[in-house]
Amino acid sequence: MDTVRQIRLIWKPLAFLVSLVPFALVAGDLLGITGSLGANPVEEIQDRFGNWGLRFILIALAVTPLRVATGWNWLVRFRRMLGLFAFFYVLLHFLTWLLLDQGFMLSAIAEDIVKRPFITIGFAAFLILIALAATSTINMRRRLGRNWQRLHNWVYAAAVLGVWHYWWQVKLDTSDPAIYAAVLATLLGYRIWRRRKPPGRSTS
Amino acid sequence: MLIKKPADIRPSEITSRDNYLNRRKFMQAAAFAGGSLVGGDALTAIIPDEKRAKLAGIVPSKYSTDEAPNSFMDVTSYNNFYEFGVRKEDPYRNSQSFKPRPWSVEVSGNAEITGSFALEDFVKPHTLEERIYRLRCVEAWSMVIPWVGIPLADIIKQLKPLSSAKYVAFETLLDKEQMPGQRSRSLRWPYVEGLTIAEATNPLPILAVGLYGEVLPNQNGAPLRLIVPWKYGFKSIKSIVRIHFTDKRPPTSWNIAAPHEYGFYANVNPEVDHPRWSQARERRIGSDQGSGLQSLFAAKKQETVMYNGYGEQVAHLYDGLDLRRNF
Repeated sequence: MDTVRQIRLIWKPLAFLVSLVPFALVAGDLLGITGSLGANPVEEIQDRFGNWGLRFILIALAVTPLRVATGWNWLVRFRRMLGLFAFFYVLLHFLTWLLLDQGFMLSAIAEDIVKRPFITIGFAAFLILIALAATSTINMRRRLGRNWQRLHNWVYAAAVLGVWHYWWQVKLDTSDPAIYAAVLATLLGYRIWRRRKPPGRSTS
Repeated sequence: MLIKKPADIRPSEITSRDNYLNRRKFMQAAAFAGGSLVGGDALTAIIPDEKRAKLAGIVPSKYSTDEAPNSFMDVTSYNNFYEFGVRKEDPYRNSQSFKPRPWSVEVSGNAEITGSFALEDFVKPHTLEERIYRLRCVEAWSMVIPWVGIPLADIIKQLKPLSSAKYVAFETLLDKEQMPGQRSRSLRWPYVEGLTIAEATNPLPILAVGLYGEVLPNQNGAPLRLIVPWKYGFKSIKSIVRIHFTDKRPPTSWNIAAPHEYGFYANVNPEVDHPRWSQARERRIGSDQGSGLQSLFAAKKQETVMYNGYGEQVAHLYDGLDLRRNF
């Protein structure tokens, strides 16, 4: 089997299943099979989905640097799936907030989005991810042409807003969001560094 | 009566004569109060030094709510106690080897009776009451908890604060070995809190020593903690080692950490939002409200009530005070 087929038939389905594990664990904990969600299940679910949304954004952003560093060009075949999983978990995070936390109280939701800056920026990041997910198909990529890349560069804005959103809602101890911020800063820093390097020595 | 020290240190080296005499005065005052209020030894507060031991002689209180209390599991596995870590399950996980005995409470400042008291002596003159109180966390969740404790006002009365005592300050144990959270700089340690003397002598606050009729679990602030039900939970300082009477407003931990977010008063107030979130509603914790998907939808949010519903008892304390400024 050649590499492309191997990736499509084995590694991608495997990565897909692994990416679903955090979701399966929430379901398992909810039903009391794998563990428990604790005394405040809504908050627990919301936090876990939000965390995984951020993690998948960072993992997706790590694909290119990793590919360049290792020369494993096949990594790029996973990038769209990882990005869509980021959207999947952020969507679940959003829905948990909308339906379970706010109980679909529209007035409270509107107030939260307008009055709470950390929710405003989280919501903005979510809107960006919707646009990216909606234009992730090959068809859309063809139709948008050069604009596709321009649009998808907004993923950096979504990542920054996402980490900021996390940082801002923490009551006091920012050590967890600081880790996300450090990883994001590294991934963005790498890109800036690569752009400023003389073009001749660039590996991509 | 004193905490055991190595035998080569004489008691006179540990305790000043003044403090020793004060302690005698305290015990006399205690015996007097005990005699006149409860008449006999049956209702003196005794706290066994054993996890989950039953407390004897608990009397009910008219201040208890008839709302259904949260389960023992909820109360003891989901709370904030940064001395043991910043996550909600950390206090339960990291406090099990904590030793709440021997324990002493130091009383200092503007009061007639000061000095260091063994916990046993400190509580003995009083009667244990069950107080089922609502607890509203500043993070917008709430519980109903059946505490067991002693009215703070009774204890303060016995310590005879001077007229110059305008505030009562409290301090938590500082012990990095036993309290791993104190190794991180999440807050400035030790944790400190305070009340005005009028708040402290209101009938509602208690010094809790128990929960659900049992000795207070370590994760909930053993062996002695404050409960102030009309204020956000962080005012109810845990594992108290010091009570200080002062004429100046004492510093308080969360106010030091973020002065624009947490004030000295921290009264529950649905109209004054936290800068980053609304305080208009709260989620009543309750993992025992069913299982599976049901539990998610059962955990409804409810409207937060001014002074956490204790306005009748405490609203007069804040007459003429701008609650928006004094949050």
